[in-house]
Amino acid sequence: MASPIEQFQIKPIIPVINFTNSSLFMVGAVAVIVGGLLLATRKRAVVPGRAQSVAEILHDFVAGTLRDAAGAEGMKFFPLVFSLFMFVLTANLLGMIPGFFTVTSHVIVTFSLAILVIGTVVVYGFVKHGTHFLGLFVPSGVPGWLLPFIVVIELISFLSRPISLSLRLFANMLAGHIALKVFAGFVVALLGAGGALSILAPLPLLMAVALMALEFLVAALQAYVFTVLTCIYLNDALHPGH
Amino acid sequence: MADPTKRSEENGKEPTSSDDANLSARLKSLDARIDKASAQRSKTTESTARSKSDSNALGQAFRLSAEFVSGVVAGGIVGWLVDRLFGISPWGLIVCIILGFCAGMLNLLRAAGMLKGARYDEKR
Repeated sequence: MASPIEQFQIKPIIPVINFTNSSLFMVGAVAVIVGGLLLATRKRAVVPGRAQSVAEILHDFVAGTLRDAAGAEGMKFFPLVFSLFMFVLTANLLGMIPGFFTVTSHVIVTFSLAILVIGTVVVYGFVKHGTHFLGLFVPSGVPGWLLPFIVVIELISFLSRPISLSLRLFANMLAGHIALKVFAGFVVALLGAGGALSILAPLPLLMAVALMALEFLVAALQAYVFTVLTCIYLNDALHPGH
Repeated sequence: MADPTKRSEENGKEPTSSDDANLSARLKSLDARIDKASAQRSKTTESTARSKSDSNALGQAFRLSAEFVSGVVAGGIVGWLVDRLFGISPWGLIVCIILGFCAGMLNLLRAAGMLKGARYDEKR
């Protein structure tokens, strides 16, 4: 029985330029997104067809999320947020195909996405508001002697954002894929054991089917959560408190 | 103040009282309908919210644990950097991990929506 974490191994495909299977699936996800959206919006009909409806629903969904969280001003970040959502969603869903590599199950990938978001927040916040952006760390209505502690805690809380943003997506994808693989492995192991044990083999198979459905839910949900939190953090850059 | 009462006396009581009765009856029925509709609406939203939270319980658990763990991890990284920069090992790490614990708790409470009023972005 193969190890459940073997599926996360990175294998070089073109060693000269460090092109690995991870890179391949990132390029694949981008190709699927760009190709799919170009194909869907090719006709630009007033009354959309099926493919165009899907593209429009995706657009409206992300636009609505962003507008809810960051207001109408937040729409200037729409390209970033939409790209992030589509990339995470497509990478998650591509990883659900058996034998495919899940890009988002590596913490370095999700962490770099999170750093991109937080970097945007910090740079835009300082460019737009200058030192007023630091007011984010100074909540009003705090007694003076408590203020140094609160500022440090708020600072650490802010620094923990990229970590929690990346950790959540990574942990969900990793745990889901390992659980799926473990239950699938049970089927083979029970069948191989023979006798009365092989009668039990369909039970973990049922579990694997149920987990597969759950994983599709998690894949979409985590892409959505990543997007919502990105919007909330961008809102901090647009309107940093007092 | 005196004018309308006077006019109502002058114009005769019977039509106004019947109008009043009519109006109050209509108001009452409207109230009942509004109550019924709002009760139904709250019931449906409550049930959908509950079913949603049930199916998302795992997601919520992952989310909250990630919030807390990331606070402690961030505190640890900051403490390690402070130790490296100022050479005061292990005090930076100890203090910053405790502060990171506090930050993790803060994150947790914010994510759970228990600190809604105290959020800086909602205080404006």
